[in-house]
Amino acid sequence: MYAYDRYDQAMVDARVAEFRDQARRRLEGKLTEDQFKPLRLMNGLYLQLHAYMLRVAIPYGTLNSRQMTMLGDIADRYDRGYGHFTTRQNIQYNWIKLEDAADILADLATVEMHAIQTSGNCIRNISSDHFAGAAHDEVTDPRPYAELLRQWSSFHPEFSYLPRKFKICVIASERDRAAMRLHDIGIRIVERDGEPGAQFFVGGGMGRTPMIAPMVRDFVPLDHLVTYAEACLRVYNRYGRRDNKYKARIKILVHELGAEEYTRQVEEEFAHLIDQGVEPPFAELERIRAYFGDPPFDDGPKTIDRSDPDFAVWVDRNTHRHKHDAYVSAVISLKPVGGIPGDATGEQMRLMARLAREFSFDEIRVMHTQNVVLPHVRICDLPKLWAQLHEAGLGAPNMDTIEDIIACPGLDYCSLANARSIPLAQRISERFDKSGKTERLGELKLKISGCINACGHHHAGHIGILGVDRKGKENYQLSLGGSEAEDVSLAKITGPGFDEDGVIEAVEKVTDLYLAQRTENERFIDTYRRLGMEPFKEALYG
Amino acid sequence: MVEPTDFGTSPDDVQFRFRDDERVDHAAVTVDSALDQTNANAVRIEPSDDARLLIPFLDRIALVEINFPAFTDGRGYSAARILREAGYEGELRAVGDVLIDQLSHMRRCGFDSFAPDKVLDEEDAKRAFATWENVYQVAADTSLTGRRTIAQKRHGAGA
Repeated sequence: MYAYDRYDQAMVDARVAEFRDQARRRLEGKLTEDQFKPLRLMNGLYLQLHAYMLRVAIPYGTLNSRQMTMLGDIADRYDRGYGHFTTRQNIQYNWIKLEDAADILADLATVEMHAIQTSGNCIRNISSDHFAGAAHDEVTDPRPYAELLRQWSSFHPEFSYLPRKFKICVIASERDRAAMRLHDIGIRIVERDGEPGAQFFVGGGMGRTPMIAPMVRDFVPLDHLVTYAEACLRVYNRYGRRDNKYKARIKILVHELGAEEYTRQVEEEFAHLIDQGVEPPFAELERIRAYFGDPPFDDGPKTIDRSDPDFAVWVDRNTHRHKHDAYVSAVISLKPVGGIPGDATGEQMRLMARLAREFSFDEIRVMHTQNVVLPHVRICDLPKLWAQLHEAGLGAPNMDTIEDIIACPGLDYCSLANARSIPLAQRISERFDKSGKTERLGELKLKISGCINACGHHHAGHIGILGVDRKGKENYQLSLGGSEAEDVSLAKITGPGFDEDGVIEAVEKVTDLYLAQRTENERFIDTYRRLGMEPFKEALYG
Repeated sequence: MVEPTDFGTSPDDVQFRFRDDERVDHAAVTVDSALDQTNANAVRIEPSDDARLLIPFLDRIALVEINFPAFTDGRGYSAARILREAGYEGELRAVGDVLIDQLSHMRRCGFDSFAPDKVLDEEDAKRAFATWENVYQVAADTSLTGRRTIAQKRHGAGA
């Protein structure tokens, strides 16, 4: 994986020093809270309901064991012994003291990590396929391109005060495991006539106005990748709406202009910028790419003793086909039954780090589904790996099942939330585990947001739940038919909302209908698409 | 309507200036007025103005003020780079809600004078201008001063 050179390290160190200085000026009263706020936000520091929250960037979700160990140590040293992995492949700590923030950033800098641009109206941490570099179906490893864009977007002098936050995702396979088209810019690396290039999708997003990004360019040569991104951003920075925070994301600009007109403006700016020489030298991409070479894979057994049924179900559920046939990618579920989705204790983080060292060439990935991946595990090592995970409460065999719930922090932590998300996720996973239906339901993506900002991706859930405030009471709207994958679609609301018990009943009803109506090999979403909303409505409200 | 002579900063308002040529002492006019007045040599750009409209007239312009009514409105950064990319070599002045922590980015985008609404602490500003010893991106500073980006340094002068 990528390693900092002295320049990268100096940039991060400079930022730590800058933030210390900003915090000092805030304490000395030279900065008002209004002036300090965007500065602390650009360092990932939010003020939440009960305390400061610090969000740490995990670029394209990739980290090594040393970094994961540091994340665990920070949880123990500065927080309450745990951290929360997010849908942006980052980690956040919920109980941070302002006076500790600069020290935490300094600790992170010792392991080539930071909290730069994890919030604020700037280009955020760049996300990618969590199986990048391991998946059997990728054209190439997308991470070198994500790293190139990481450097370009870090402290960008023109794009640090955008109308609104800006999220970029880079993938390199037909399968979309990163919700690429629900990003402000989604990039898919493709190959055409043997030449790699980048497809650009611009103007997707969730939030209160969900949109699927239209394609604006189906092939950008790789030696123009940064220039094209710069053109996309400049048009947005100049013309994105600033009169209304809720209409300020690029999706609104693209929607209001129309994809065609937005594209025309981008192409014009692109033609202009090509002459400005903004593209890094191509040798830089080559330099970065060299960091992402394959680890030394060994041939080995391709099958394994599956006589332990608990182990067999975990292998079936939580491993993903690798490009080397003696390996798999193994998903560590952070969704234990009744647990808080995405939470891990400091001890669990250090264990995952040790397992990565022992079984996965020191590599770890964070998934947007708030789980963790060991990307390169020898098939013959799976029993040993599973035994240790199982022992530590990290062996839940539930990837992509109804128990693998994405949930935002909700009203338990977040100052924006209208309703709680976490207790609902806990109750649903307990209920389906108890009834034994989880396995029968197969792939079923359930996503819960505690407010309209949609951090829990409810628009993209096969089943989505949105918590709202209804006359001072938590109320939950159910929606069906969303997907963040290559079959991307936005979920539709079923009808009137439910209280907490009611929405859990409702989830049970729609899944029962699916079990009764499905044809062979049909997933929940397929049955929904075939039958349409009506029978589900009938089951819920009839 | 505000008369063109009623606004714009005077040379006295400038707190930091990175040029040694003589200062323009005419009041700045709006972009619209500048397009009509062939003798205007100082222009003030508001966030919603299209800086590209000035490109045909850059030869006769000696001062462009770009106003930041609120520091959170980042359109002025694009306006500045666009003018520098078009070859504008005159004074480019950031005015309005210009704060310490925006100085280094503004400088990178081609601003070479600063007239903040509220006078800034000189020491803090000095530190802010020097925040980044190295930079990742090509911007106005790399184009104008030959400052090299990190990627260019990594790959030698010819890259």
